[in-house]
This record gives sequence, structure tokens and C-alpha cells, in this order.
Amino acid sequence: MLQILTPSGDLVAEAPLDLDMTTRLYRALVFARAYDRKSTALQKQGRLATYAPFEGQEAAQVGSAAALNPDDWLVGTYRDAAAMWMQGYPLDLLFAGRTGDERGGSPPEPINVMPPSITVGGHMVHAVGLAWAERLQGSDRVAITYFGDGATSEGDFHEAMNFAGVFDVGCVFFCQNNGWAISMPRESQTASETIAQKAIAYGMPGIQVDGNDLFAVFSATRDAVLRARLGEGPTLIEAMTYRLGPHTTADDPSRYRTEDESAEWRRKDPLERVRIYLSERDRWSEEWQAEIEAQASAEVEEAVAAAEALDPPGVAGVFDAMFADLPPILAEQRRMAEEAE
Amino acid sequence: MSVVTLAQALNRSLEHALAEMDDVVVMGEDVGRTGGVFRITDGLADKFGPDRVIDTPVAESGIAGVGFGMAVGGLRPVLEMQFMGFSYPAFDQIINHVARIRHRSRHRFTAPLVIRIPYGGGIGAAEHHSESAEAIYCHTPGLKVVVPSRPGDAAGLLRSAIEDPDPVVFLEPIRLYRSVKEDVPDTSFTTPIGAASVEREGSDLTIIAWGAMMKEAREAAAALVEQGVDTEVLDVRSLVPLDVESLVASVQKTGRAIVVHEAPRTVGFGAEIVAQIQQRCLYHLQAPVERVTGWDTIFPLKRSEHVYLPSVERILAAANTVLSA
Ligand SMILES: Cc1ncc(C[n+]2csc(CCOP(=O)(O)OP(=O)(O)O)c2C)c(N)n1
Repeated sequence: MLQILTPSGDLVAEAPLDLDMTTRLYRALVFARAYDRKSTALQKQGRLATYAPFEGQEAAQVGSAAALNPDDWLVGTYRDAAAMWMQGYPLDLLFAGRTGDERGGSPPEPINVMPPSITVGGHMVHAVGLAWAERLQGSDRVAITYFGDGATSEGDFHEAMNFAGVFDVGCVFFCQNNGWAISMPRESQTASETIAQKAIAYGMPGIQVDGNDLFAVFSATRDAVLRARLGEGPTLIEAMTYRLGPHTTADDPSRYRTEDESAEWRRKDPLERVRIYLSERDRWSEEWQAEIEAQASAEVEEAVAAAEALDPPGVAGVFDAMFADLPPILAEQRRMAEEAE
Repeated sequence: MSVVTLAQALNRSLEHALAEMDDVVVMGEDVGRTGGVFRITDGLADKFGPDRVIDTPVAESGIAGVGFGMAVGGLRPVLEMQFMGFSYPAFDQIINHVARIRHRSRHRFTAPLVIRIPYGGGIGAAEHHSESAEAIYCHTPGLKVVVPSRPGDAAGLLRSAIEDPDPVVFLEPIRLYRSVKEDVPDTSFTTPIGAASVEREGSDLTIIAWGAMMKEAREAAAALVEQGVDTEVLDVRSLVPLDVESLVASVQKTGRAIVVHEAPRTVGFGAEIVAQIQQRCLYHLQAPVERVTGWDTIFPLKRSEHVYLPSVERILAAANTVLSA
């Protein structure tokens, strides 16, 4: 398992990022955590629909997305908001989706981030197609797809990996192995010793990294992205991380796992080790921490307010994006719906 | 007898089946340790162990295909799809294998399994979590498709489905899981598949519905009765096989009918019911049959669900049309 920065903040290999960049990404980690906690709080108040928290997985998402070009494709899941945000997805749209508004799935150009996949595993093949299309059109844009350990059990995981291998497509498969798929532990999901080793069967490199180590995640993703961009083919990255919170706000993890296990992973917190690292290099102070947390929280508040201030999508929202032109039967139903309003 | 919710009734029916029938196994995503995302299988893994209540990897095609193999091999698997929107990866197995095996093996092999599918919207869920795709299953020869709308029927129909020699798609209206309660026997019992239930007799108008829409159908009927319209309410319960006889008897009596379903309108199962009615009741009809359905749109997210879902008001408006024809 590739590790560069240990949980206690010690470097065990050369840092792949300079101090300025590390500071920037630390801010992103702090922001991601603020976003995540606020989302859970808002769900509890009934302002947002069910939410899938990613606390504990911040470094996996921030570190990997930091290795992308701004116009690379990102195809993720319901739990990947931090990666989406890193890739430029507007914050208010992330929230709009969660107020139950379809406009949340429509990022402005030139952001190449697909709306998050709610079906487990169905989206990985899309990333293969996107990367392939880029190459066929002479572009060196790559695609990264995020998925969980559970998703590797779906048949489409096999088909995506197989296509990518056979056609040498510039796609990075980024598995956040967070230990659990709802109530199912990783060991019950696959008898493979690692998920990374599945890459061998598809003729592509596979690497396991400490997913809570910003540096290791960045370094492995940078290499995989470069390989993809140079036309050398796909890579599977298994980021070893942990979902500290529930599967979603509707889940109760005490039914299937122990507090001890979560506490153990708390000690491997992805933010804390970077904080220590920066602090030891005089790049961190308590005042600064308070300042960036306050900024993050203000930004999140503002985005939520913007999402909530959107007019109700109403009848138009239900009908007008079904086809380029509304067929007569639907136009009739649209009138009926309007009358019923 | 005890008063239970639809969810509890299902749980108890599964428990009875596991206890009374050695060949029953329950299998699906998160059905064991955590009792299923809707807790329908709550407590069963503890009572019956991991060989009878099986937590699977996240793989619907695998659940259906492996469950099919188990069924052909002599078990009676009760498979859970976590939500209807996630049953689609299993379609190939269900349509090409589960539904066909009796036919293609000339009865030599059969698949007596149940596929339980929570379905329907109205709870502000995420995308893919609110589907009503019953017509797709109904359109697949070789499957039976049943939908309870009350706890007693849920328990009885589930037991019938488990005992059935052929595959049964068992649809569970999510919105009703915990919002309806009634007295249900404490021991196991069956409710026949293929029989509709006339919940209220009336002479002026028949409202035909199933699943979660029974709630709106009942409320609309109560409002109509208040206005002096003697309304009959028919819960279809079994979509395949369809109890055409009960439908026809009701509509021949009332001469007026409204079919209500949550699924999209075009090629919705209501179209089949209307076709049966026009063929068999034409000369009794006093008005064209109305359909009150979801629209031919993607099921909307929370903020717009009310635009999509058939409401009591929409049913009353249709009643008005039918009554004034
Ligand atoms: C096709 C499909 N089946 C089932 C589900 C229900 N479901 C949602 S998340 C989940 C577990 C996924 O686990 P994993 O892939 O490890 O990702 P994580 O949620 O841990 O991020 C399941 C079974 C779904 N959304 N889609």
C-alpha cells in the first residue's frame, strides 16, 4: 500500500506537492468537511433530502481530483460531492440537487462532471465511453470514475474494466474502499485479497494507496492520469479509506459495526495528518484554522440559501426536459398537470 | 390477531414461511445484518441464521440468477431488490431465464421464487428510488405480479407467492409500509393470487386502483360518497393474473369507471384494464373510462412530486367528467 504521509504527519517518502499547494489542498479538505457536516445538519432539519456523508474520505476525493485538468471528465456517485466540487461543480447546484430539484444535475459548461450516479456500478462504463470518445476525437482529455468497494460486485464493473483494458482507454478507475457497502463489510463483498489486484485480470496496472493520505492519493492519481493522457491505458486505484458516518442519513451503522472500528479510523483522520505536517512547517495556526472554517461555513450557507431561493421547478420542471420538443401526448398531459396545480 | 403495519405484516409472513417451510431462503442486499433498508427482514437473520437469510454482494443480476439456480435446484428463494429502480440490472435474468424456464423445459424445470420489490414514490426519495414499473413485469410472460395495499393482504399474498409453483413478482408500495395498519392473524394464512378485492360496494361509479394509489382511491371515494355518489372501490391486488371477472361485474353494475395508477400513462397497466372493460362492458358503459395516472415523464425529485402523483383532487375531477358524461 502506497503511503507518503503517516497518520502522525511524518513523511516516509518525498512529498509530491509543494507547501503552497499542500496549504491549498488542506483548505479544500477543511471545506469538504464543513460541507459534509452541514449537509447532514440540513437533512436533519428537513431542508435537504437523504444525504450520503463522506466524512473520512476527504483526502481520497480532494487528492485525486487535484490531479485532474479542469476539463477532464469526472463520473462519480452520490458520495463524491467533494471531488465534484474540486472539479468546479457549482456549490449551489450540489445543494439544489439535494433540495429535490433536477437543475442540480446540470453543471454549466465547460465543467465535464456528470450528475452523480445513484445506481451503484452503472456509471463506470460511461467513463470508459467518455475517455474513448475523447481519444477518437483527437483529444487527450481523460476520464476518472469514482466508485465504492460494493460497486465492484456489479456486473458492470467487469464490463467497464474489460472494455477499458481491451481498448486501452484513458480512464482512471478510482475505488474508494471505505470498508462498507451499507451493512456489508468489504470481506463479504469479494473474496479477493485486495480490490487493486482485480486489475491484473483486465491487463491494467492496479495500485493500493492509503486513501486517507493526501500525498499518496495525489501521487498515484497523477501517475494514472498521466498514463491515461499519454494514451498508455487505464489504471485501477484502490484507496483504502473509511466512511466514518452512516451510509446515508437514513442508516443506523450501530446495527452492523462497532464504535471501536470507527474510533480506530478516527485516529487515521485524513485532515489531521496534513494539519500536523503544515504546522511543523509553520504553515498552520489556530487562528488560520478558525478563519478558513468560518469562510467555508459562510460559503456553504450562501450556496444553500441560493439553492433554496430557486423558484419551484413546477410543471415545467417535470415536462420540459423530457424531449427536445414536447410530443403532442405530453403537451396534452402538461396542460392537464397545469390545470390540476 | 394484532394490529400491524404493512411492513410488520410482511416481516411476520416471512418469519412464518421460514419457520414452516424448510426450503425457503431469503436473499438480497443488506437483508441480514441490518434487516433490509426498509427493515422488512428485521430479526430474521438472528432467528434463522446466515444459510437461510443471506446477505449478498451488491449485484442484482447475481441475486436473480443465483436465486434462479437455487429455485431450479429445489429451494424457494425469496429475493429482495432494494428498490424497483435497482431491479433493472436483473432484467436479463428475470425475463430470459426466470420467466421462461418452465416453458422451455416443458415443465421439467421450474423456478418457484419470489422477487420482492419495494416500489413507488411520494417519499421525496433520490432518483431511481420512486419507480412504478409494474407494467414491464406484467408484460413479461411467465411472471405473476401482485401488489398488496393493506397489511392483511401483504401477509397473505406473500405467503401465496412463496407457495406458488411459479415465479411471482411481489410489489411493495413504499409509501404504505408504515402508514397503514390493520388487524392481522398471528398465524400464517394465504390470500389467493388472481382475485381482486371489492373494498366498498357502490352502484354509481367504480374506482379501480392498486398499491399506494389505493390510499387516494379510498379518500376520493369517501369524498364522493359524502356528495351522494355511491362509489365502488376495487383493489386489483393481482395484476397478473388479472381478475377480469370482478372488474367486469363491477363496471357492468356501475356503468362508470376510473382507473388510477402511479405509473406513467402510456402503456401503463391501466390501459390493459380499460381495454378489458371496453371489450366486455361496452354496452353497460354510461361514460368513457377515465385514467388518472402519473405522467409520461421521469418521476420528479422532491420539490415536484406533487405535480406527478395522482391526487385525490385529480381523481375527483375525473369522477366529475365521468359522472357528467
Ligand atoms: C444498482 C443498485 N443496487 C443497489 C443500490 C442501493 N445501494 C445504494 S448504495 C449501496 C452500497 C454501495 O456501496 P459501495 O459501492 O461500497 O459505495 P459506498 O456507498 O460505500 O460509497 C447500495 C446497495 C443502488 N443504489 N443501486
